[in-house]
Amino acid sequence: MSAPSSGGASRDGYGSALLKLASDPRVVVLEADLGKSTKSCLFRAENPERTVSMGIAEQNMMLVSAGMASSGKIPFASTFAIFTERAFEQVRNGIARPGLVVHICGSHGGIHTGTDGSSAQSIEDLAIYRTIPNMTVMHPCDDLSAEELTLQLLNHGKPSYTRTARNKVPRVYNEDNVSKIKIGKGNIIKEGNDVAIIACGVMVNEAKIAAQKLSEEGVNACVVDMHTIKPLDGNLIQNLAKKYGCIVTVEDHSVIGGLGGGVAEYLSMNIPTPLEMVGVNDRFGESGGTSELMAHLNINYNAIIDACHAVIKRK
Amino acid sequence: MIKWGAIISQSETQLIEIARKCRVDIVEMIHKAGAGHPGGSLSAIDFIVGLYGTEFRFNIENPNWEDRDRFIMSKGHASPAVYSMLHQLGVISKSDIDSFRTLGSICQGHVDMKWTAGVDFSAGSLGMGLSFGLGCALAARMDSSQRNIWVMIGDGETQEGQIWEAAMAANFHKVGNLNVVIDRNRIQNDDFMEVQMEIGDIGEKFRSFGWKVLEIDGHNMTEIIDSINEASNNQNEPYAIVAHTIKGKGVSFMENNPSFHGKAPSDDELIIALEELS
Repeated sequence: MSAPSSGGASRDGYGSALLKLASDPRVVVLEADLGKSTKSCLFRAENPERTVSMGIAEQNMMLVSAGMASSGKIPFASTFAIFTERAFEQVRNGIARPGLVVHICGSHGGIHTGTDGSSAQSIEDLAIYRTIPNMTVMHPCDDLSAEELTLQLLNHGKPSYTRTARNKVPRVYNEDNVSKIKIGKGNIIKEGNDVAIIACGVMVNEAKIAAQKLSEEGVNACVVDMHTIKPLDGNLIQNLAKKYGCIVTVEDHSVIGGLGGGVAEYLSMNIPTPLEMVGVNDRFGESGGTSELMAHLNINYNAIIDACHAVIKRK
Repeated sequence: MIKWGAIISQSETQLIEIARKCRVDIVEMIHKAGAGHPGGSLSAIDFIVGLYGTEFRFNIENPNWEDRDRFIMSKGHASPAVYSMLHQLGVISKSDIDSFRTLGSICQGHVDMKWTAGVDFSAGSLGMGLSFGLGCALAARMDSSQRNIWVMIGDGETQEGQIWEAAMAANFHKVGNLNVVIDRNRIQNDDFMEVQMEIGDIGEKFRSFGWKVLEIDGHNMTEIIDSINEASNNQNEPYAIVAHTIKGKGVSFMENNPSFHGKAPSDDELIIALEELS
């Protein structure tokens, strides 16, 4: 798939999807004083009667969503990724345990958020939601895929957590090919010969840059957009392990428990394969510009290139 | 619209008798399970019987009828009270309540909507039910439904901050179809609230959040029914009914005794309890 040069932030895709979903009268939107940031404000502007302001009270928002879901509504509840974590037990006990179909969106995920500093940089959200039974966990890479995956949630029938990002990145998809992606199925952006890079979120773009630079060195890397962290696409991982013999995972998230953790669990139990993980290495972030932070925390394309060299040597 | 109370035409005397039968069920099922929470079940049961016996719209043949009123038992550890009520209604069987807390039973340790038809909420973690009820109330209003939403919380449960998030939001969104009853028995898990964390005047706190507040004797069926009637028929503001109760009510050695918050009666204690409830 070729990538158009125009950019988009995944939060914009979430917002535009909500607008499209408004045609279903069951859809309701809940906000916690961050509608302008998460982009649920787009839904509110046209559907105020189905938008519920919960104030700065995330725990209440999660259970209000659950109550609405039990009454035939399809709630989409959003705030910053980090503040959904405040209500983790509410999500676990109040939403997922009874199997109520509430869709949670955590925007501004990861250290990509930048200058706000470590308190706003969720680097563990994918890990914690992945531990909840029957919870779908996604992290789209651009606005178009975020919109497509959010639209697919309408008939998903299970509670979900979707992490979006604030900053614009070059689009990975275009309007013609984005409809091919499906919840639960990873997508090969670029085939290769030597190593497979499995990435999610804004790091898919970094993986593409890394693959381009590697090709200049004669290393041909496959790049995968693993937008769904749970359920993880085991068939694809198995095929990648067989074909390439080594894998690098890439995420704007702790290396503990997220995409890398999930892939490591799958590989070690099914097809042991050399693996390197690029992610935040068991530390908190700090204030800084996005690019300099990614370099500082060793999660930019240079880190991916180093990881590819290291893992190829282990084949 | 189906009201169980309207079908059976329960008199106040009959409701008091049903509450007695529920108390027998409560102590028996907890004794049989060897675990459970008798104190808060016995303090709550009179209000529950009063509610289901009068204004609550509920279809015994179809407990999941979508336009039913909702009863959100937020203090989910008092599940025996709910199960005994559903048993007296004929929704669940004697063998169901006899299986309380055993593997595969529809009567889970804490009430769970996923396991029991007629249960509207999956409780167990305190502080969440009022928010859930608010969600049900907002959905009902969006659907132009007349259904009422009833939430029961414990007084110790008001120590959870989420209760006050919900109290603030219910007033802000002016949900007149939401009512909460606070089982004010003054005892929590470890000890009396005055030792653990006394909340003070709960009614005044709800009033300051914009709720209409009623204070009643939670064991007086006349006061219970009057409060339910008033709250059901006022759709302009949310009601908080502070039901002053006695933990363990009806069994002398359990009354006002913190040790029976979460302890099953022994064989000998069961005999005494059943004699007192006969």
